[in-house]
Amino acid sequence: MRRESLLALCAAAASAARRRAPRALGVALAALAAFALLLLVDGKDPLRAYRDTAVYVFGNAYGFSELLVRMTPLLMTSVAVALPSRLGLINVGGEGQLYMGGWLATAGALNFPDLPAWALLPLMTALGFAGGALWALPPGLMRAAKLVNETISGLLLNYVAPLIVSFFIFGPWRSSESASYPQSPAFVAAARLPSFAGTRIHLGLLSGLVCLALYGLAINRTRWGLEMRAIGGNAEASLRLGIPVSGYVIATMAAAGGFAGVAGMAEVSAIQGRLVAELSPGYGFVGFLVAWLAGGNPVGILVMAFLFAVVSSVGDILQITQGVPYAVVNVLMAVILFIVLGQRRPLGAGR
Amino acid sequence: MTGSTPLLEAKGVVKRFGALVANDVADFAVNAGEVVALLGENGAGKSTLCKILYGYYRPDAGEFTVAGRPATIDSPRAARRLGIGMVFQNFSLIPALTVWENVALFLDDLPFVIGPEALRRRVGPLAERLRLSVDFRLPVGRLAVGDRQKVEILKQLLAGARVLILDEPTKVLAPQETEGLFRAIAELRREGYGVVFITHKLREVMVGVDRVAVMRQGRIVGTVSGRAASEAQLLRLMFGDSAPPASRPPRARQAAPGETALALEGVATAPDFGATTLSDVSLRLGGGEILGIAGVSGNGQRELAECILGLRRPSRGVKRLWGEDATGWSVARIRERGVASIPEDPLALALISGLTVRENLALGGGRRYRSGLGLDWPRLVADMDRSAERLRFPPLSYGARASALSGGNQQRIVLTREFAHGAKLIVALYPTRGLDARGAEALRALFGEARAAGAAVLLVSEDLDELFAVSDRLIVLRDGRIAGAFPPASFRAEAVGPCMVGAADAA
Repeated sequence: MRRESLLALCAAAASAARRRAPRALGVALAALAAFALLLLVDGKDPLRAYRDTAVYVFGNAYGFSELLVRMTPLLMTSVAVALPSRLGLINVGGEGQLYMGGWLATAGALNFPDLPAWALLPLMTALGFAGGALWALPPGLMRAAKLVNETISGLLLNYVAPLIVSFFIFGPWRSSESASYPQSPAFVAAARLPSFAGTRIHLGLLSGLVCLALYGLAINRTRWGLEMRAIGGNAEASLRLGIPVSGYVIATMAAAGGFAGVAGMAEVSAIQGRLVAELSPGYGFVGFLVAWLAGGNPVGILVMAFLFAVVSSVGDILQITQGVPYAVVNVLMAVILFIVLGQRRPLGAGR
Repeated sequence: MTGSTPLLEAKGVVKRFGALVANDVADFAVNAGEVVALLGENGAGKSTLCKILYGYYRPDAGEFTVAGRPATIDSPRAARRLGIGMVFQNFSLIPALTVWENVALFLDDLPFVIGPEALRRRVGPLAERLRLSVDFRLPVGRLAVGDRQKVEILKQLLAGARVLILDEPTKVLAPQETEGLFRAIAELRREGYGVVFITHKLREVMVGVDRVAVMRQGRIVGTVSGRAASEAQLLRLMFGDSAPPASRPPRARQAAPGETALALEGVATAPDFGATTLSDVSLRLGGGEILGIAGVSGNGQRELAECILGLRRPSRGVKRLWGEDATGWSVARIRERGVASIPEDPLALALISGLTVRENLALGGGRRYRSGLGLDWPRLVADMDRSAERLRFPPLSYGARASALSGGNQQRIVLTREFAHGAKLIVALYPTRGLDARGAEALRALFGEARAAGAAVLLVSEDLDELFAVSDRLIVLRDGRIAGAFPPASFRAEAVGPCMVGAADAA
């Protein structure tokens, strides 16, 4: 029975891969087939696991709404990767930028509790953007000055940002009503992004889609996008054509960090309602995968972000129904990454 | 000279790339102790034929015999085993490793533990004999291009090559280095090696070559004995009926140069890794004048051009453009003032291969085509159409990617863009490198027209014939300094050459 189910999955994956249309589906099926092997080895029934997942995720409105909730920050963190990638920059600092965005947005929420929502939410969004941008600025500056590679500095700063958040929620912002648990006081109602119709889907989804649309339009329709693609294609020629390459490196990194920061703002404002230590289960890193697999294509990012929201749901559900640790989701993500890498060259492959 | 059995012979070689027939060669042979030149325009199929002989491409049809025996050449490895070696245009050396390490990497019959001494004993005598000596302890990255080429040749010979194929070996070499190469080729010939080299320079096939095989559109259209060849005959073979004139059109010099476009006063640059340091360079260039910069490449020409274009900042001295102090101007500002840049390798230095022709044309225009957040594409296309028409180029294919164009057409895109807004100062760095005879001639004519229209042209070249033909004045750079200046009256290789290499009687 198990072997048959596996064969069926493999066949489906293979035929989908052969048709290559839609590609995302082929990737998903191939990854699920490979993941099924792992479950089989662990003595679980992959088909049942997937059926459970499907029923839970797509079978009811709540499960589906949770997908969109998970997808929301991924949209922004993947734009934070895709945008600098057009210049040939690799921003792996999305996680830290998200934390700093959440941190500065929290500063807004705690210091201006009397502002009405129509003023406070835009302020918090701007602060979230600024926080993320601030955190992406050092890597951008150091790269522009040819001192340190932005990949290294961005990666290292990921470890610093959660510490800064921790410092504030253990210290100055520690909530008095939850003395045993370090977190900031709850935000006032005006500082909470509104949700839709009793679900956890919130206005941040709109922010994410706006970020994605802005990214797509900027890259393909503006002269900045053209110059960015020129730098990514041939930095030497761009310099010779008088394009301010260093300026673009700095500004693009800052803007990218800003997008990740908005994701942090949405998390504290809509999901947590306060600043907490575990703000993100790795949205910054998954955003990197999403952007990479989508090849920087805006529509691809949308599809891939949804796919990864499903993947992370698979982890939750397997944990509940089959007793598999959540960490196996990382295996599934890695499998997807390798399958896509095997299919084609990664982001910025035009170079 | 011709042995009874050729070292290498290919019959009926056909190679297609899609619908294009890249090669259709009935018979091509190299004998022991023979130097064969493959001559032809860009895209005539010379490189393809050589890559087939070296097993890099697999032909669609064709038979090979090596020293009289039928052979299958289906990979470079197989070719090497048969004694065929090839030196590509882009050398395959590892810059960080020393010369002997690079050579050792290529040999597959070395013992497990290798001492530099043993290897040097093996390489040394051969290098000495063939005039290919280089310092074996140096990392390849620190060798001059000519020396790297020697290492490549030695590598192939040590690996047992009896037939040596050289793909445009002189393209990257300075005149002196070229002479050295031809001396080494002469030695190889005397020792009974077979040498095939590709070129599109007529001059190189007139000396020391036994046979010249002229290629056109994938075929060998004629084989001429090296000594019997005449320039006119070769040109006719290369171009068929549409041969460009062998002599250059007479110059129409302007009586006096116009307003000073560019003035450098005591310009020096700070030492920079891998660059030549300029010191105390002063020059003046007026409108309606072509100033030629001669010199062995690597003596500061690139740095001089970069200084003028704003890519490199002088550490001392003043740069003036049309009388204004432009020492600290940005590249964008300099371009906006009407300075055009024509570099040697468009795809590396002036175009972005992944972008379309239209997008490439839009870059570097400064504020000119800004329209809201985007660009005014119709106006751009109109301007570029006009520019291409003025330059007598065929209509541009705006939608094509730059990487899909031929080298000549890539250069046209650059020229169209740089000349679109009445370039007043043209900085051209080895612009005809890699162009075929016709393309180079057309480009030289363009410089002449630009001069007639009042533009100032700074032409950096290592081809003295080219400099003599178009320049109004000549400056020689050596070790980052101006080593001499020559008026047209002394445009002779005997006068300028010694100055380039620093001989005693420099002007």
